[in-house]
Amino acid sequence: MRLIMNRVFIVFSTFAALVGLIFLGWILFTLFSKGLQGLSFDVFTKDLIEGGLRNVIVGQIMMSGIATLIGIPVGILAGIYLQEYGANSRSTEFLRDLSDVMMSAPSIVVGTFVYAIIVVPTGHTSGWAGVLALFILMVPIIVRTTDDMLNLVPIELREAGIAIGASKYHVTMNIVVRYAKAGILTGILLAFARVVGETAPLIYTSGSSEFWSTDLTGTFPSLTVSIYNLATMPDDQMVQLGWTGAFLLTTMVLIINLLGRYASNKKRSK
Amino acid sequence: MELFFRKIAQLSASLVFVILAATTIVLYLSAKPAIEEFGVKFLFESRWGEEEKVELSPTELSDLESLEADKGAPINDDFIEDDDDFIMDDEDFITDDDMEFGDNKSRVVYGALVPIVGTVFSTLIAMLFSVPIAMGIAVFLSEIAPGALAKPVGIAIELLASIPSIIYGMWGLFYFGPFIAGLFGGNTVSLLVAGLVLGIMVIPFMAALSRDAITTVPDMLKESAYAMGATKLEVIKDVVFPYARSGIIGSIILSFGRALGETMAVAFVIGGVYQFAGKVTDPTNSIPVVLANSFAESSGLSLSVLFYLALILFVLSFIVIASAKVYFLRKK
Amino acid sequence: MKNMMEVKDLTFTYSGASEPSLKAISLPVEKNKVTALIGPSGCGKSTLLRGMNRIHDLYPGHRYEGAINLLNADEKAYTNILDIKKEAELIRLRQRVGMIFQKPTPFPMTIFENIAYGLRLSGVKKRTELQEVVEQSLRDAALWEEAKDRLSHDARGLSGGQQQRLCIARAIALKPEVILFDEPTSALDPISTLAIEEMISVLREQYSICIVTHNMQQAARISDYTGFMYLGEMIEFDQTDTIFMKPSQKQTEDYISGRFG
Repeated sequence: MRLIMNRVFIVFSTFAALVGLIFLGWILFTLFSKGLQGLSFDVFTKDLIEGGLRNVIVGQIMMSGIATLIGIPVGILAGIYLQEYGANSRSTEFLRDLSDVMMSAPSIVVGTFVYAIIVVPTGHTSGWAGVLALFILMVPIIVRTTDDMLNLVPIELREAGIAIGASKYHVTMNIVVRYAKAGILTGILLAFARVVGETAPLIYTSGSSEFWSTDLTGTFPSLTVSIYNLATMPDDQMVQLGWTGAFLLTTMVLIINLLGRYASNKKRSK
Repeated sequence: MELFFRKIAQLSASLVFVILAATTIVLYLSAKPAIEEFGVKFLFESRWGEEEKVELSPTELSDLESLEADKGAPINDDFIEDDDDFIMDDEDFITDDDMEFGDNKSRVVYGALVPIVGTVFSTLIAMLFSVPIAMGIAVFLSEIAPGALAKPVGIAIELLASIPSIIYGMWGLFYFGPFIAGLFGGNTVSLLVAGLVLGIMVIPFMAALSRDAITTVPDMLKESAYAMGATKLEVIKDVVFPYARSGIIGSIILSFGRALGETMAVAFVIGGVYQFAGKVTDPTNSIPVVLANSFAESSGLSLSVLFYLALILFVLSFIVIASAKVYFLRKK
Repeated sequence: MKNMMEVKDLTFTYSGASEPSLKAISLPVEKNKVTALIGPSGCGKSTLLRGMNRIHDLYPGHRYEGAINLLNADEKAYTNILDIKKEAELIRLRQRVGMIFQKPTPFPMTIFENIAYGLRLSGVKKRTELQEVVEQSLRDAALWEEAKDRLSHDARGLSGGQQQRLCIARAIALKPEVILFDEPTSALDPISTLAIEEMISVLREQYSICIVTHNMQQAARISDYTGFMYLGEMIEFDQTDTIFMKPSQKQTEDYISGRFG
């Protein structure tokens, strides 16, 4: 009886795993077959208005990139503060918890917040509003990974640094952060991958535009929002373009994830 | 330099708090007109954007009645003695009231009950579907599959967890929805489809986190259970799950929170209509989807209502995450 | 039949390894005696021990050649445990050959349930019977006095030494014929170590014991026989006194006198 139950259990787990993987495989298969169908040179050279995706891809990367550039120093500094300066006080624990809560906050709520503080007063959607929304989503992720990675740095290393007369600042920047560099880089890449695929917080902050634009003060082209719009259009050609966009987006996210993985593996093998 | 660095780091850390506080305050302020207009009843009202004549609800009515009765009782004994009279008076009263308020006779009513119910049910369906499968995957990867299979599949699961949710939504709309409709009948967009797509979306996330929790169980502990003559099922049930319990429950709660606030995976497939799903195969609505679809055409009170909804969602997810944190903290 | 177990010409190769980790090892485990295995790290002593209840089988792909004989219950003949194919028999084998690990491994349950666990697995349900065995096992493991008032507490609340004694109590609750100790004191302080060593010399009266240790003094203190292993081979096996006083092999002598390892 025990052995029969054991067999049943193993079969069930394997079956559950298989079911899950089949669905996930189905999604990827769809994505690749539909996405590759519409892939052509035009997608990268024409803007959305002419049936390409150039402007929205550039727009998406620009917004995510700028959010990342601002988010990196803020997130890393905050992580350093939590781990190196505020060690174990109650307020540090509180900030750490808040950061975790923020990391899991629904992204649409962040969009709502930005809408209220930027779009309502200025009266129109803008690239900067999108950047701010993505920035807010990103910072807690960087804070968390920096915090975790610095936590892995052996305490002896800090003590050794202090023992040879280095200041706290020097120990932190030149020893601790350097030691944790690869892990932090991975965290940044993963955070970038996470925000570059965000749709919900952009829908009414950046909006989306069919035209080429690098002016962040106006409505800004966004790949994800465009995918959302294209996919719900009655025109088959538009839907196809949506799939192509979805394929490109996923490929981009997966590549960045693999890069992040590679960065942290390289460190481990050292 | 030292001090400056310390200050600027502290400032960055505080920014997290500032943003969170600002979000709460701004949402509250923007929602204030709606909160004042509808109060807590907003949570239990199922109509959305319908005009209604201003009538006093039965409770208000009876409040006024008793008020009237209290006032009337000592002065006019006839009032209580004569039932017919009482009713007549009552009707008179309403007419009086209508005339008094003149122009304000109709207003637009908003209520959050439909999207709240939709959010809760789609999330529950998602959890019912994803928990057993994600646990199956986690156990399979950590205890059953040989290493040569577990590693690539594990990496694939982690990569799938990073796929943007909009992809799941799109796939749901064009492929999975019709598939489910073919299987169970009903619409290609429905509560059921939304719940299942949400479930599929959180499976990799939950499975990866649970697997991480399970792999923290020391090999030696498992071996010592096997050395007592336990089978694999018994080792997992009696040793692995109890040992990794807080991590596994934490992963489930985090996935729950993610499903609760998810917009894009649901927006395509839930239907976006303000009605309860009588059957699970009927379309309905959820809070994030209402938010995603309605901002453009809203202003004034209807906009404030959306902020009220966002505030509700924010508080809900806050509670979920906070409870996950409590569980994670217990471990330490 | 004075040997409880006999390892004969055992060659063992891990999954994916080109070289065997154990090369034609032979080892008798005499009844009601303590047999110690010593040798430098990586010499294969733990690998050998883990073959004797076939715990290696949890990880597929390895290869056994040779024989490991276990005395049957009637004490008339031996069965080669490497011939066991059915899972049910493997489970039975592990109940007959208990094992104690390098670190204490209390299960995430109460003290009582930890010790009753093996019995429950083999189908014992009666509360009184379980209680009896739990008490007796705890007494044998010299833990009863310390634990009797907290049987319903989580076992992970015990100290390291107590946890290891709990694991011993858990093993003897199943009334095994052989108990394998895999460096049981390597994670313990000297006083807890001493307590475990004393217990082993008492347990010898009822059980046959095989212990892996890299503490030579420990082997000298508690064992009747000692085998010295090096690079997957059994260099020398003899009575403990002989191994430590006048070993016949140069390598054994070098190791004993601390010249390597």
